[in-house]
Amino acid sequence: MSSGAANLRDVRGPSALGGGWRRSWDLLYLMAMTEFKRTYFGTALGYVWSLARPLMLFGVLLVVFTQAFHLGSGVPHYPVLLLFNIVLFGFFQEATITSVQSIVLQEGVVRKTQFPRLVIPASVVLTALINLSFNLIVTFVFILAFGVSPRWSWMLLPVLIGMLLVITSAVSMLLSSLYPRFRDLGMIWTVVSTALFYATPVLYPLEKMTPSIREIVSMNPLAVILELGRKWIIDPHAPEPAMLAGGHLRLLIPAAIYVGTCVAAVVVFRREAPRIAEAL
Amino acid sequence: MNAVTNIPETAPGAGRSDQLAAAPLAIEVSNLKKVFLIPQNRIDSLRERFTHPLTRQHYRLLQALDDVSFNVRSGEFFGIVGRNGSGKSTLLKIMASIYRADAGRVRMAGRLAPFIELGVGFNPELTSRENVLLNGVLMGLSRKEAAQRLDAVLDFAELREFADLKLKNYSSGMMVRLAFSVMVEADADVMLIDEVLAVGDASFSQKCLDVFEDMRNRGRTIVLVTHDMATVQRFCDRAMLIHDSKVQYIGEPDDTALRYYRLNFGGDPDQVREPGMLPDVNGRMIDAWLENSRGERVQNIEQHDRFFFNCLFEARRDLDRPVFSFQFVDSEGTDIFGFTKMLQLDDGVPDRLEAGQRVHIAGEVENRLLPGRYHVSAWVVRNRATGDHALHTISLLDFLVYGTEQGPGRVQLRDDVHAVVVEPDPR
Repeated sequence: MSSGAANLRDVRGPSALGGGWRRSWDLLYLMAMTEFKRTYFGTALGYVWSLARPLMLFGVLLVVFTQAFHLGSGVPHYPVLLLFNIVLFGFFQEATITSVQSIVLQEGVVRKTQFPRLVIPASVVLTALINLSFNLIVTFVFILAFGVSPRWSWMLLPVLIGMLLVITSAVSMLLSSLYPRFRDLGMIWTVVSTALFYATPVLYPLEKMTPSIREIVSMNPLAVILELGRKWIIDPHAPEPAMLAGGHLRLLIPAAIYVGTCVAAVVVFRREAPRIAEAL
Repeated sequence: MNAVTNIPETAPGAGRSDQLAAAPLAIEVSNLKKVFLIPQNRIDSLRERFTHPLTRQHYRLLQALDDVSFNVRSGEFFGIVGRNGSGKSTLLKIMASIYRADAGRVRMAGRLAPFIELGVGFNPELTSRENVLLNGVLMGLSRKEAAQRLDAVLDFAELREFADLKLKNYSSGMMVRLAFSVMVEADADVMLIDEVLAVGDASFSQKCLDVFEDMRNRGRTIVLVTHDMATVQRFCDRAMLIHDSKVQYIGEPDDTALRYYRLNFGGDPDQVREPGMLPDVNGRMIDAWLENSRGERVQNIEQHDRFFFNCLFEARRDLDRPVFSFQFVDSEGTDIFGFTKMLQLDDGVPDRLEAGQRVHIAGEVENRLLPGRYHVSAWVVRNRATGDHALHTISLLDFLVYGTEQGPGRVQLRDDVHAVVVEPDPR
């Protein structure tokens, strides 16, 4: 007989992290790793692609934005700033778009096993995070090659990635848990995320825009994150986010949106998680 | 017939049932309720919400489980039977933490294998090695433990040489083998299984049965949801019949199986609240039974004794040129023999049944069966020109042939073979 047979424990039903932290973490790790392997498996260059992809993207951007459009003229280290922004925003976009359908695509697991629901969008984010770290390696090689010298503020990179990771996870949780009930989200999010791309100073330096545009764009938490990144990593003389937003108080808006999204994500996910199997 | 053969070594002298009665509880389900809200006109998209903002979502209540309570003791093999839609799969899903109960409580001891069907969580794009690891972790093993059991799993499934082949290139049989091995090797204390025997080829089904036997002897607690009464009778210590979301009966597997058949074939109305009716709309089997040579209805047949097969079918719609097929199967699922009957008609009578008409299919069957358990399944073809089914394959009868003459195989055929001593050839 099994050792623990005498002590009955309550079966609590499905939840975001059902089955314990340890199991959830192991599942998360395995799912993200296999997904990452699968992306490059069967391609001729294999993992080289994970480095080659951002490199080639950078080449294209560099040609387009320094030769065809002159958005970055007069901006210090514009090419690497562009690359850095693209890599950071690309992480957000890749993770959120993939996570929309993630739970529905894992229907078999969700309906037939006791699977911690949170692991599914989390593994999507983790896979994107692995990609991001490869991209950042390439990015930093270029940052150095383009003559930016290492600074103490580079130590803040984990803080920057952390802020980006939290908001990305929150949006992924919201999208993946609501999609089973509102299937239009897939379409809506492709449009919204493209709009967000232009509402975030990825391609253009925000200080070159008119004050009213600056104020609107500064409400976007992603914009603030990218501005901080620019200041900490690329150019210490870049304008302060508060200056771009038009005052320190105005920074409360993106902060509120940021916190609000995170709270909403936790509340919605906890509410939806037990019912997801029935909605599929 | 199985109760005495597998006494665990830990308690010599005590019967399995005595020992189970003394065992601690492994699963305790009390007053479980579950209602599904079925949207009448499902609003799935925002567009529909916008275009019909005033339409309130109408729901139909579907009571899936109504006050279900039962206990399973540690080491017990517990069967759950019931017709489609009776709520038995919902019950299993609540026990497995896939659905949430509306009311009531489920308590469990020991580690639960958290899936209810074979091969879920398998990713066809990954190799079987990767899948086994992933599934092991899903079963609650740590990554390290899962890696340690990898070889054992692949060996049990006899798939070691295909370990690095992607699962999408596997045959369905190989897939099932792998899935079953994963489950067995996960070595959970409590397993919840939904209809596993429906898949795989005959030899693998046999292997599954052996594994059941083995798990049972090792004291695993197993809850099995199935339609197959032969499996219930062979393995289960107790079985529960669920009907219309309620527990109808819990007790000896043989009794439960009998009640299940009565439910299906509308037998004794005392046990059944409504006459058993099969979901097929074209017709139903009203009754099926066996008679011995004295014309008595019997459950079991003596070896060599003559027996008569009887079955009453009622058409619920007009059926043109119907065909009735019956298949006798042994306890391992091997087909033994079968027959197919068409209506016997006088000249000029059209070969058709009108709604409400009944057909009595009956007659003697030569009894060449060796002792063992047999099972009769039946199906009806609505029109032999098109081959459409009027009644899909159903379990019709389960019976035992008893006797002393065992032999190889399942049937003993009459032969005219003699062994004689012959003189050496003069040439």
